[in-house]
Amino acid sequence: MEQQTTNYYVPAQSHWPIVGAVGLLFIAIGAGMTVQQMTSEATSGSWLLTIGIVIILYMMFGWFNDVIKESDAGLYSAQMDRSFRQGMSWFIFSEVMFFAAFFGALFYVRMIAIPWLGGASNNEMTGQVLWPNFEAIWPLVTTPAGDTTQAMGWQGLPLYNTVILLISSITLHFAHVGLEQNKRKQLTAFLTITVVLGVVFLFLQAEEYVHAYREMGLTLSAGVYGNTFFLLTGFHGLHVTIGTLMLFVMLIRVIKGHFSPERHFAFQATSWYWHFVDVVWLGLFFFVYVI
Amino acid sequence: MRIKIIIIAVLGMISSVLSATPSNINMTRGVTDISHRVYDLHMTILIICCLIGVVVFGAMFYAIVKHRKSQGAVAAQFHESTKVEIIWTVIPFLILIGMAVPATKTLIEMEDNSKSDITIKVTGSQWKWHYEYFDQGFGFYSLLATPAEQFDNLDGKNTDVAKGEHYLLEVDKPLVLPIGKKIRFLVTADDVIHSWWVPAFAVKQDANPGFINEAWTIINEPGIYRGQCAELCGKDHGYMPVVVKAVTQDEYAVWLDEQKQSVIQAKKDAEQALASTLTMEESMTLGESLYITRCAACHQPNGAGIPGVFPALKNSPMILNDRAAHIDIVVNGKAGTAMQAFKGQLTAKEIAAIVTYERNAWGHDTGDVIQVSDVDAKGAK
Amino acid sequence: MSTLSTAQEHDEHHDHKPKGMMRWILTTNHKDIGSMYLIFSFAMFLIGGAMAMVIRAELYQPGLQIVEPNFFNQMTTVHGLIMVFGAVMPAFTGLANWLIPMMIGAPDMALPRMNNWSFWILPMAFAILLSSLFMEGGGPNFGWTFYAPLSTTYAPDSTALFVFSVHIMGISSILGAINVVVTIINMRAPGMTYMKMPLFVWTWLITAFLLIAVMPVLAATVTMVLTDKYFATSFFSAAGGGDPVLFQHIFWFFGHPEVYIMILPSFGIISAIVPAFSRKKLFGYSSMVYATASIALLSFIVWAHHMFTTGMPVAAELFFMYCTMLISVPTGVKVFNWVATMWRGSMTFETPMLFAIAFIVLFTIGGFSGLMLAITPADFQYHDTYFVVAHFHYVLVTGAIFSIMAAAYYWLPKWTGYMYDEKLGKLHFWASLISVNVLFFPMHFLGLAGMPRRVPDYALQFADFNQLVSLGGFAFGVSQLIFLVVVIKCARGGEKAPAKPWEGAEGLEWDMPSPAPYHSHTTPPEVK
Ligand code: HEA
Ligand code: HEA
Ligand code: HEC
Ligand code: CUA
Ligand SMILES: [Cu+2]
Repeated sequence: MEQQTTNYYVPAQSHWPIVGAVGLLFIAIGAGMTVQQMTSEATSGSWLLTIGIVIILYMMFGWFNDVIKESDAGLYSAQMDRSFRQGMSWFIFSEVMFFAAFFGALFYVRMIAIPWLGGASNNEMTGQVLWPNFEAIWPLVTTPAGDTTQAMGWQGLPLYNTVILLISSITLHFAHVGLEQNKRKQLTAFLTITVVLGVVFLFLQAEEYVHAYREMGLTLSAGVYGNTFFLLTGFHGLHVTIGTLMLFVMLIRVIKGHFSPERHFAFQATSWYWHFVDVVWLGLFFFVYVI
Repeated sequence: MRIKIIIIAVLGMISSVLSATPSNINMTRGVTDISHRVYDLHMTILIICCLIGVVVFGAMFYAIVKHRKSQGAVAAQFHESTKVEIIWTVIPFLILIGMAVPATKTLIEMEDNSKSDITIKVTGSQWKWHYEYFDQGFGFYSLLATPAEQFDNLDGKNTDVAKGEHYLLEVDKPLVLPIGKKIRFLVTADDVIHSWWVPAFAVKQDANPGFINEAWTIINEPGIYRGQCAELCGKDHGYMPVVVKAVTQDEYAVWLDEQKQSVIQAKKDAEQALASTLTMEESMTLGESLYITRCAACHQPNGAGIPGVFPALKNSPMILNDRAAHIDIVVNGKAGTAMQAFKGQLTAKEIAAIVTYERNAWGHDTGDVIQVSDVDAKGAK
Repeated sequence: MSTLSTAQEHDEHHDHKPKGMMRWILTTNHKDIGSMYLIFSFAMFLIGGAMAMVIRAELYQPGLQIVEPNFFNQMTTVHGLIMVFGAVMPAFTGLANWLIPMMIGAPDMALPRMNNWSFWILPMAFAILLSSLFMEGGGPNFGWTFYAPLSTTYAPDSTALFVFSVHIMGISSILGAINVVVTIINMRAPGMTYMKMPLFVWTWLITAFLLIAVMPVLAATVTMVLTDKYFATSFFSAAGGGDPVLFQHIFWFFGHPEVYIMILPSFGIISAIVPAFSRKKLFGYSSMVYATASIALLSFIVWAHHMFTTGMPVAAELFFMYCTMLISVPTGVKVFNWVATMWRGSMTFETPMLFAIAFIVLFTIGGFSGLMLAITPADFQYHDTYFVVAHFHYVLVTGAIFSIMAAAYYWLPKWTGYMYDEKLGKLHFWASLISVNVLFFPMHFLGLAGMPRRVPDYALQFADFNQLVSLGGFAFGVSQLIFLVVVIKCARGGEKAPAKPWEGAEGLEWDMPSPAPYHSHTTPPEVK
């Protein structure tokens, strides 16, 4: 494991980190105040939140711009490239754990909490005394407190969305192959298709949410079934949104002529991210919709 | 020599622990077979740990004394030995197995809730316990009995108030249990998580809202056993004692009869109260004393509440303008907040008195006198 | 922005540093960032310690004298949060920043800009957390473990700010940990194989892995708390099909590895200091590495030992009891190896060594009480009493904090270029050692005798010990001011430190001059 360390580029100074920290400060305070103010007329929280998001976008734009310039100036070695790649991989691992926690919650309520509420295991008296009318089933369409909702089937939109995401992973792969073989047309075409597929996915998911809220009474507050459904699909949707934006930025950069078969870390990272989002969806589709 | 001092200090600590009799520095031995076994388990592990400590620290301090540079020690060169590494992996492992065996046996027995004679449902709420004699059909609340003057010295005025013998560990109505019977506890909570703990029984069971946990005990000796809530449950978590009075089975039978009588009596009283008319004066006195014990923990004696946590009642628009809502919130509480329903906790007459008090205290002076029938209409008995 | 200056330029004006505040705000230098982490952490230690003093003052005698219960709970909660997330973790990150590049022969951290970002998020996060104490209704008052539903339905209004402050703290930790992992994997000098890395680097590699694995779980936990409180979800409410105990499972899945995050780097520090002052190589290097890895792996399957009283089925209780007990084996290996390192060494007892020895003894005592807690039937009696408080202060204060002190004394000459005042250092040690035991040892007795934790007031039979504990607490608090003096003195001058002030010290950092030059190994060193 010999590493060649000569000429590892260490940027002298940068104001982007502090900009980013201030951005997060605004986001945290803003988001906090926004939820506190949900029941009131006040809007100061959402203003702060918006400012924070703008600052973060500005930071990302400027920071990445610096990185691109440095890269173009030939300051980066192969070792630097490895740092970026490893960094991104570990970041994706942290995202995996974030979703794992929500999946864990889902499994726990399905396999433990709800059966216990129905009197299983060492909770016989819980069922008998506290929730005599409760029936432990999944999807939980009637909560112990008696609120009802409907379960979302997997046919229709969710299935379409699965197919769409799967195809998008494949098209992205072809785009990547195009990049590596320096076939720019193939790259542009497939990348465009991927972005479009991402947008379609989001559109269909919005459709599904509207349907759930308007027609099915399936809402975020509809007991744990709704909770897990919306938090899992919602966070996934958020990631698709971010991924689509990233892909879109890559598309613009591709059109501008960025990236070469040898050097395209940003593209690579985006594509990893997208594949990760895709895999999460498969888990979701299986555990949230199908079974 | 410092080193010697340390050694003596450490040995002193260890021996003080070892020689500890069940007094106020060691775990109580308790009054049940299980609690004895837990105590023995505790002492066994403690002693094993101390012995390991003596060996390990002994070796270390020996080295510290002997192998110091100032004594002319020259460093040896060894830095590896698979043999000793294996030894000091395997030996601790075996010791652990030795501990796990009795622990497992005791645990399995502790978790065997079957074949009980008496079932008590224990419900925690902010900040009191409710005991329901499950098969007898009656129950009661058990609240801290220590008066506030004994503990509340925030304004420095109560410095001289003497604290009672059972300061903070006394209640108005203890849980009464017979000895020699297997008693099963069904532990749950109304609001947040509490934990019902009586050290003398080695029973500590979390009270989770919406779930029932089980625990059991067989008490060997009559006596009064005191414990406390053992899970942070908000502001007055420290003021939520558990007191159990264990009596002989005969005494228990007598006590049960009395309780049943008083349940019947209470029903009669309630009917009478419904027919009677309360006067302002009577209500204000009763209301004030009840307010102090039941409401002031949150809304404060002066009605100012704790801003941001518990609302002020003083000058509350609800109290001043909406009599019906005022009665309703006291009777039925407000779901999803700390404001609990008081209808099971207080009689209709008591609630009426409290509401009257709130409507006329702190300069409210609405002049309303709430009658039992007003409260009864909202569902209180 | 001079972001486009190259490494070559650096070499030319070698020790050129930008001046003033801006140097610190814009820096990408691992040493600057390390210093900022360390200073920040010490400031947090003082703030968290001041809160502990409020706790101890209120508990000095029975009755409510100084603070009302609701505020007391806020003090307990924020004391725990600040000490864990503000003092111990940033201190270790600061040490990692300072030392890892020097130890593995790297020019800097792998992602220097991100490094700066990780740091500057922290002051923001804690500013939010601390300011929430001044909001109407007060700050978080539900314990550092914020069990639902006390932290949801029944929580103060400021909870949203608590949640988002934890979120950005988490971002900071994750980014910092990614940086450490990548640095260690990718930036080692030629010849620095994994099994040649100093143990501090090894323990940090494993710690960083733990961080990346569990901080996102904490983020998910607080997110569910947020939605339960503000968006009417019922993850932790039975009425909607959830379970308050679910909260505890997710929290402790994070929380238990978290406590090892706060001790593994200590193991690395002690493994550097003990050989240095024994003038003898560390005994059993490779078993130390494997032991650390085993502790980390086991830490993922023991979380429910914090939840024995929650009513789990007996099979689960047994599983978690056994796994927890197992952790004693690899931890024991570490302790034995340190003792074997000292055995037949040629020891001297400068302040770092004193702290290291105290660490070994007192951490082990904390470990023993941990083992006792792991015995489920006995834990029914110990749980949520001061016995637990005693346990975790032994492993955290005389464990983590003592190791950080030891590290500070050990590497201060390298950082500042001056020797610290050995007399004051020893005074600090002895004052701390005695007071800390007066502070925390009697807590064992209190807990066994039945005093619950998180109470502002207690029954009369606990009065004597509490008074003693409080006195020990005040003395320990004052003793820490000596440390402040030592550090300030050492930063400002004193006897010049040679490149390698400790005779037996080993490692690349000691090949560099003291103070270490602004840029670490710009050309990779030879590793034999
Ligand atoms: C640095 C932090 C740290 C460390 C290292 C540990 C280490 C351990 N902890 Fe601790 N723990 C905490 C921090 C830590 N803990 C905190 C903060 C809490 C409370 C959280 C809260 O509720 O607020 C807690 C609570 C806690 C509990 C829950 C108690 C309760 O609430 O009821 C338990 C129960 O099993 C436990 C067990 C252990 C064990 C078995 C170890 C082991 O790793 C210890 C292993 C070490 C040794 C055993 C000593 C050395 C070994 C030898 C010399 C070998 C020979 C020994 C034998 C074979 C006996 N801990
Ligand atoms: C690394 C973590 C860490 C550290 C270092 C400490 C350090 C200390 N802690 Fe602890 N503590 C926790 C982590 C830590 N703690 C956690 C996680 C909890 C659980 C919280 C919960 O229940 O949710 C807890 C809970 C806790 C309690 C229990 C509270 C309760 O249950 O109600 C107590 C009580 O005595 C306590 C005391 C102390 C004391 C006296 C110190 C001392 O070591 C502090 C010494 C430092 C100073 C004092 C600062 C330096 C000096 C000054 C600022 C000058 C001023 C000095 C004076 C006025 C004398 N802590
Ligand atoms: C455990 C804490 C607690 C106790 C004990 C308590 N309350 Fe409350 N009370 C609350 C809280 C919290 C609210 C606010 C509910 C909400 O969010 O609207 C409240 C609201 C009220 C209100 C409505 C105030 C308004 O302006 O909206 C009244 C009246 C009231 N309580 C009376 C009482 C009475 C009478 C008692 C005793 C018999 C009592 N409370 C005991 C916590 C408590
Ligand atoms: Cu109830 Cu603590
Ligand atoms: Cu743990």
